[in-house]
Amino acid sequence: MSHATDSDRDGQAPDADLLAAAGPAGTTTETELPPGAGGWSPQRVTLVAIAVVVVIWLLVKGADDPRKFAVVTLNGLTLAALLFVVASGFTLIFGLMRVVNMAHGSLYLLGGYLALEMQDHWFKQEGASGLGLSLSGNDETTYSLVSWIVPLLLATAIIGVIGVLIQQVFLRWNQGQDLRQALITIALSVIFADQMLAAFGGISKDIKTPTDWPTSINLPGDVRFGFFRGVVVLGAALAIGAGLYLLIKKTRFGKIVRAGVDDRDMVATLGINVQLVFAGAFLIGALLAGFGGVLGGTMIALAPGEDTSFLLSSLIVVIIGGMGSLGGAAIGALALGLVDAYADVYLVFGDTDLTNYSILLTFALLVGVLAVRPLGLFGRPA
Amino acid sequence: VSARGRSGWLSLAVVIAVAALAPLAFSEFFVSVVLTKALWLGVAAASLTFLSAYGGMVSLAQVGIYGVSGMVYANLVLADGGNAAAWSPWLAALAALVIATAVGLGFGAIASRSEGIYFLMITLAFSVLVFYFFSQVTTLSGFGGVNNLDLPSLVGDPVQDPAPLYYTTLAVSVLVFLALRYASRTPFGLALQGLRDEPARMRALGFDVTRHRMLAFGLAAFVAAIAGLLSVWYNRRISPGSISLAQTIDVLIIAVVGGLYRLEGAWLGALVYALLDNYSREYTPEIGNVLGPERFNTLIGIVFLVIVLLSPGGLMGLWESARGQLARGRPGGSSPPGRAAAGAEGDPATGGVK
Repeated sequence: MSHATDSDRDGQAPDADLLAAAGPAGTTTETELPPGAGGWSPQRVTLVAIAVVVVIWLLVKGADDPRKFAVVTLNGLTLAALLFVVASGFTLIFGLMRVVNMAHGSLYLLGGYLALEMQDHWFKQEGASGLGLSLSGNDETTYSLVSWIVPLLLATAIIGVIGVLIQQVFLRWNQGQDLRQALITIALSVIFADQMLAAFGGISKDIKTPTDWPTSINLPGDVRFGFFRGVVVLGAALAIGAGLYLLIKKTRFGKIVRAGVDDRDMVATLGINVQLVFAGAFLIGALLAGFGGVLGGTMIALAPGEDTSFLLSSLIVVIIGGMGSLGGAAIGALALGLVDAYADVYLVFGDTDLTNYSILLTFALLVGVLAVRPLGLFGRPA
Repeated sequence: VSARGRSGWLSLAVVIAVAALAPLAFSEFFVSVVLTKALWLGVAAASLTFLSAYGGMVSLAQVGIYGVSGMVYANLVLADGGNAAAWSPWLAALAALVIATAVGLGFGAIASRSEGIYFLMITLAFSVLVFYFFSQVTTLSGFGGVNNLDLPSLVGDPVQDPAPLYYTTLAVSVLVFLALRYASRTPFGLALQGLRDEPARMRALGFDVTRHRMLAFGLAAFVAAIAGLLSVWYNRRISPGSISLAQTIDVLIIAVVGGLYRLEGAWLGALVYALLDNYSREYTPEIGNVLGPERFNTLIGIVFLVIVLLSPGGLMGLWESARGQLARGRPGGSSPPGRAAAGAEGDPATGGVK
């Protein structure tokens, strides 16, 4: 109970949140330990014991079939990469403004759908026969590199604009009322979801990769893995992670964001236009959602319900990692992605196939982290 | 008893009397599809409103909990799909209440350590996880849901005669309302309101804040479990789709539209929701693909948005401020539910930036 007590006592300072990756060196070390709960509590020992068992179990399974293990691990890593892209936008907005953007999943899905529409309308180059599309269409349609990149950039930009509009029209005048802002974004997500269903239908669709990209790559150890997942998504996530780190750590904008996270009123008093910074942060957060939507629409699929699914993933990632922390988002995404991938394959014990119950492991992950760190791994009292 | 308390009992009696006579005045369709549905949705929303009004916790886990209750019942009685264990309906109902309340206490144990917006997010995650769990585990949820549930004889066959189920639901609603209102006035409820407003002081006074929150969450979970039972009695079926995020948000919408700060609001919001659900389609103008009979969710989303933007106290808040102004006889005077009008979660310190 001791750390919960501490966190509540600090509850008077609302803006003490931290973008952990960006935190000044002094505070990062402080976040390594939960306030007031150093050492080895029974909970912690139990969790470490469970983690050791899980790792051993995975090693045993992995030794059975190393190639399969490698592919499953890569699946987990690439899923984590996508989750990181989406969740980092979510956590960025939360860290600075304390706005929980429940429409984040909608922005993700809308980004994907917009890119798909652009690709379909502008870049679809039919093969010889114009008819009989449904069966043979896929083989004859070719897509150039431009037909993926242009929708990606345009859709991302449009989502960024929509995000800023949401912030300016609906959220700006409710600053500080975090529950009300969450309710507003929930209302928006309901409207978005229904409108997307009306406009794009209920059938699962996906964005096509450029035809001249290889479908898979060969890795050492005779492992084959999808090119898009393994190279494009992973690369994009690494680039975005590095970019965000540099943006927050090295630029003037980042400096203001970090200062704003710590003490918004003080920043405003110093003559900085905080509203502009908020709009900027919301722009970046929405851009990341839109970008993630195009990646996800290519890597997985676009369908009604994907917005929920990615909102839930973003929630879990930031709850695990600690809300408002970029480093936490990365760790949370890794944890969720890997647990998801391993649970889908390795939850088989002899003849009993428990893969149906894999969602329980996600739940256990969430509960396990919250049991030890109620504010997430890198979370600080709000 | 104060004058206000007496008028409260009086209006409650009037509402119950009107509701009891409703089957004589309205068609069977209206009684079943609007009134019964509004009552059980009201119970579900009341579990949320109770936590929010007295504990300051806006929980989105209520649908997850009522889903557990409904699924347990559906699997224990005779039914198409699921386990079809063919227990007696009353025994199954008891088991459903116990299990769902236990699950709720478990959720509460984790979530009650956090506050405000964190609490909202964690409980939302719980609800969605319950949905995904039942979507994945088709041995429990059946392919296409569990259908044709065996009902207690008290309820009869709602399709033949909706009245017994209506009166059952009405009686349960009244009991739930009275019980929750009573609970809010016990020492337990008063302490709950204390730690809604001043957790740090309550802790200093020696209260175990986390455990208190958890127990309040358990009480609300019990109410949500009742709502889950009523919902499966009403629908005679349950599927993962009926406990999805959409339903979670619908219950939230009902609670918010009615008013998150007054218990009565839950049933008021549910009635508005059920009426809109059934009759809005006839009057909604058709604007291309954007609005029309098919686009009920857009409509309800807009209603929700407007209420949240204009009256954070919901319809109850509107009603109270109107009554306050009438009583004062000078429109434009300061309205009494000041607490309801302000986003209660908002921190005063953050308001300064505006």
